[in-house]
Amino acid sequence: MAATYSPKRVSMADAIKQTREAGESYQGIWSWITTVDHKRIGVMYGVTSFIFFLLGGMEALLIRVQLARPANEFLSADQYNRVFTMHGTTMVFLVVMPMSAAFFNLLVPLMIGARDVAFPRMNAFSFWVFLFGGIFMNLSFFTGGGILHGDIGAPDAGWFGYAPLTLNKFSPGNGVNYWLLGIQILGIASLAGGFNFIVTILNMRAPGMSLFRMPLFVWMTLVTSFLLIFAMPVIAVALFELMFDRLFNANFFNAAKGGTPLLWQHMFWLFGHPEVYILILPAMGIVSEVLPTFARKPLFGYPFVVFSGVAIGFMSWGVWAHHMYTTGLGSVANSAFGISTILISVPTGVKIFNWMATLWGGSISFKTPLYFSIGFIAMFTVGGLTGVTHSIVPADYQQQDTYYIVAHFHQVLFGGAIFGLFSGIYYWFPKFTGRMLSEPLGKLHFWLMFAGFNLTFQPMMILGLLGMPRRIQSYPDGYGWGFWNAMATFGAFTIALSILVFIFNVIRSVRHGEIAGDDPWDARTLEWSIPSPPPPYNFAEIPQVHALDDFWHKKYAEDEHGRPVPIPQGAAIAVSSHEGGGHGVEARNGDEGDGGHGIHLPSPSYMPIIAAAGMPIMALGLIYDYALLAVGVAVLIVGIYGWALEPATEE
Amino acid sequence: MAHVAAGETTHLETNTGLDNRKLLMWLFLGSECLFFGSFIAAYLLYRNRNVSGPYPKDLFDIPFTSVSSFVLLMSSLCMVLALSAIQRGNVHKMRIWLLATAFLGLVFLSGQAFEFTQFYREGLKLDTNMFGTTFFVLTGFHGAHVTIGVLILMSLYGGSLKGKITEENALQVELAGLYWHFVDIVWIIIFTMIYLVQPS
Repeated sequence: MAATYSPKRVSMADAIKQTREAGESYQGIWSWITTVDHKRIGVMYGVTSFIFFLLGGMEALLIRVQLARPANEFLSADQYNRVFTMHGTTMVFLVVMPMSAAFFNLLVPLMIGARDVAFPRMNAFSFWVFLFGGIFMNLSFFTGGGILHGDIGAPDAGWFGYAPLTLNKFSPGNGVNYWLLGIQILGIASLAGGFNFIVTILNMRAPGMSLFRMPLFVWMTLVTSFLLIFAMPVIAVALFELMFDRLFNANFFNAAKGGTPLLWQHMFWLFGHPEVYILILPAMGIVSEVLPTFARKPLFGYPFVVFSGVAIGFMSWGVWAHHMYTTGLGSVANSAFGISTILISVPTGVKIFNWMATLWGGSISFKTPLYFSIGFIAMFTVGGLTGVTHSIVPADYQQQDTYYIVAHFHQVLFGGAIFGLFSGIYYWFPKFTGRMLSEPLGKLHFWLMFAGFNLTFQPMMILGLLGMPRRIQSYPDGYGWGFWNAMATFGAFTIALSILVFIFNVIRSVRHGEIAGDDPWDARTLEWSIPSPPPPYNFAEIPQVHALDDFWHKKYAEDEHGRPVPIPQGAAIAVSSHEGGGHGVEARNGDEGDGGHGIHLPSPSYMPIIAAAGMPIMALGLIYDYALLAVGVAVLIVGIYGWALEPATEE
Repeated sequence: MAHVAAGETTHLETNTGLDNRKLLMWLFLGSECLFFGSFIAAYLLYRNRNVSGPYPKDLFDIPFTSVSSFVLLMSSLCMVLALSAIQRGNVHKMRIWLLATAFLGLVFLSGQAFEFTQFYREGLKLDTNMFGTTFFVLTGFHGAHVTIGVLILMSLYGGSLKGKITEENALQVELAGLYWHFVDIVWIIIFTMIYLVQPS
């Protein structure tokens, strides 16, 4: 299909041989526990977050079964509160964020032509902290009287954890303690990842890969990482304040002593609104990669899309109080935040028009990744428009705490983020497994999920406008809500069915899928120039980058009408040979006799997992016994010192 | 195809020219600004909202805290001298200045421990009023940062005894210094905003 591009690989055969020899340890469970390879960490992030996605999805189905008909008693009010709290928390912190992190890990080093991230062990640390934080959070289910008797101990104050509802007086038990310490742990994982990717992107680009030659996904990773490192400390402080109130009797949110619960809302949403863009920008980056590949056209208005993303990043700090119109901030504050919220829809709109213009006039090849990306654009646009309706203060007074809000944020987070992430999974699956996912099953998955999604969430818009409040366990007959709720429940099970199709597709394709080859989609970015799956050292020869979409330009020239013409293979080699970087390959402990700079892959390490293991132990210690806290601190210190003292690469 | 711009052939260690670890430290400190900023904001929000005493003006001993602030400032000077020594390859002098920095840090922490005890004796506990809550948590987190700083300095000292800190990796001392100065600057802000500028 495409002109094959074969760079001159100085000592590829040697590299593979040496990697195999030195890489005997590159198999087995221990090799996964000690891995510092960004691709393996990415796979672990992806698989773990998908498992949490199934868990959060089951929680969603429980909610939908309970609400399927009026006056239902499938879940008690107490169980319902716990299930919807865990559903929200799981989907935000354990699914969309880490699944985006999976893509950062898998793609960023490959897209910028690097051999790994800047701090490979910190990357492993980040994953293990995320995994342990997720497990810790879900342990809360077992702290009630007995999960088999339906007495679950999970947090019950909503994913936004508004004070004073989260204080001991109104939320006794340990559920909220697990929630706040769990998010605190997950925040550390996000911070470590954020630092790592900023340094990687700013410092480790291949020669010639200037900032404005970076793929858009890398740009969105950069913006998201900056949002992470500035937003996570804000929620960390809010959670510490809540922790001191709950565990040490402090007064931060205690109105009797002069504290104000409103401080929680300010801090939560000062974190929470950048968080919304932390959830959606990676998906926007994915879509911006998928569309040009399948339209066989460059992204329309690349600099505009980049600057829109950056503008969204900045503006996301000035809109938080639109979550708080009804708290009585006053009309001046409400108007100001209303205006800033309307303004932030402008760069988002710019992106949507650029995506549509990318498709316009392209020779489109309708493959599953493109289906999901177009689904993203359509559903995200609806979600964005409903968001604009919330920015209008008087309208928001009507919508506050109704199902219209629930419909809106599922429209952007499911219709947006999840569709975008699935687009990415279908697009990059061949790169990392070496096999294609089945197209017919992929399209079945898309149509089932698209139909199910609309059946679930469009009725919620109507329910919201009919006045159905959110976070209610049951509703009486006679309000006209029953039909729409039944439809939403039917839709939710359709989504579940589509996910089963997806799982079947993955299991089948990993073993029997069509062999992908290096570049199955005839794509544009650097990761497609290397074998599928990529070797541990990524690039045998560090690429020289000469343009945006460099790989495409190595494959195609333009004729006088601007149409792509394949460059004959021989010419491509001629182009690559004069680059002569001479970065020879010396995987692991090989000699440096081939005249190039050797590749020193970072050594595997078990210190990150030890340091990470200290965190949940410390958290359990804070809840139950300070002796355990001391043990956790000791484990953390052992991990950090072991980490600091071991050499980063084998000599 | 041939878009090779001038300068592309020169291969830098990193694109920005900053060492990865140094960039990481600057980003970390940027993140820490929001951490302390949030706590300081909470303090300022609550400083006129005590429903009962003791109040800041009853407790603060400005001369005492001025001295301990001065001690912390001087520790930053020692830190600068330690870095300067190792950059000139003088490991022996670096060790002395590292120990001096850590010692002054410990003096500051002792001052804080004394101050906390004093306040506690005079009736201020974490749950007494908004001042107790916000003051102990904010300055406590700052003290925790100083403690970690002292641990880092002592680790550098230990490493230097094993010959691991040399002129070539003076960056390690520089990174510790960046952290130490940051924690110092945060204290200057806390001292100004919380001790010196008091509500009437």
